[in-house]
Amino acid sequence: MAHIPIREGLAGITGLLEYRLDSAKPIRELTQTLMRGDSPLSFAERELIATYVSFLNECTFCTKAHEATAQVLFEDDTIIDSVKWNFNKAPISDKLKSLLIIAQKIQQSGKSVTVNDIELSKNFGATDIEIHDTVLISSLFCLYNRYVDGLASWTPEDDGFYKKLAERLVSQGYTGTTEPIVHSE
Amino acid sequence: MSYISVPEGQPGIRGLMMFRPETAKALNLLVEELLQIDNGLSKGEREIIATYISTLNDCLYCRSVHGAIAKYHCEGDEKFVLDAVTAPENSQLSAKMKSLLAIAKEVQKHGQNVKQSHIDEARNNGATDLELHDTVLIAAAFCMFNRYVDGLGTIQPTDKSIYDSIGKQRSEEGYLTKPVVIKL
Repeated sequence: MAHIPIREGLAGITGLLEYRLDSAKPIRELTQTLMRGDSPLSFAERELIATYVSFLNECTFCTKAHEATAQVLFEDDTIIDSVKWNFNKAPISDKLKSLLIIAQKIQQSGKSVTVNDIELSKNFGATDIEIHDTVLISSLFCLYNRYVDGLASWTPEDDGFYKKLAERLVSQGYTGTTEPIVHSE
Repeated sequence: MSYISVPEGQPGIRGLMMFRPETAKALNLLVEELLQIDNGLSKGEREIIATYISTLNDCLYCRSVHGAIAKYHCEGDEKFVLDAVTAPENSQLSAKMKSLLAIAKEVQKHGQNVKQSHIDEARNNGATDLELHDTVLIAAAFCMFNRYVDGLGTIQPTDKSIYDSIGKQRSEEGYLTKPVVIKL
């Protein structure tokens, strides 16, 4: 049970964003801009970074939600697993692999990122904006994972819930005005 | 020098916000909503949580700016703020704030480190649901901000007067006005 009273049937972040609407608004806007706004990184690549950081932070809710979203966007069910377990062998570009190294470091701490990590990315063609967005997406998911787990929000077991959430994130993004998904198990 | 080409002479998060104004807008709205309000937790208490997390994450820029803002919200009592963020258990903070900082400390390490016993202790000291929520979210948000500022290798001056002028402005105006001019 969550540490604060959350509306029944609202899982993970959806219940928390409903609990305090005035802080939810800028969180949603930041996420929408970062994950669906103009960027050289594709939506799929950005969701992959979010999934990977959430996986490293052991946040089940966020990992499942963004994994499901990334799978829809990549049109590939296997790519995320290969990234989670050994991204060096995953069927993704060298540039994206080098950005995932940065994401991995950010998950540990800001200071873990080295000049060498940045240079490697630039050598593989990453632009300043791609590096910036990788760092900020990774940092944002360090916020989300702590928020979701720190308040012990409900993590459903039903994979169907995450598929539904993913469909919404793909079709509406992060600032949709529809009612949150009410789930029961 | 920072890892990406931010405008010259702009330290910490300032340079990053000028580099990417699209995300800056929402970042500023978020801190305005989390820190620049007296609702349950006061502005000073909120800034102390932010400064504490930034101290634990060893982010010079963030702990200096928010430490200065906290000082201005706490009647200029620099020692009170410093004690609160370096050794909260021995400081002049209320029992409630000490137990909320204990929760913030766990959030900084890992969300799942927050246990029912931490929550119960805070409630026993008078913490409300909203104060618990805001403590966790402020702590989580500063885990984001500290990573953003350090992860892009931003310039972080050691001149205390720079942070003091930023702190004074933000304590008076909040986070939505143009940044005060500073010289590195």
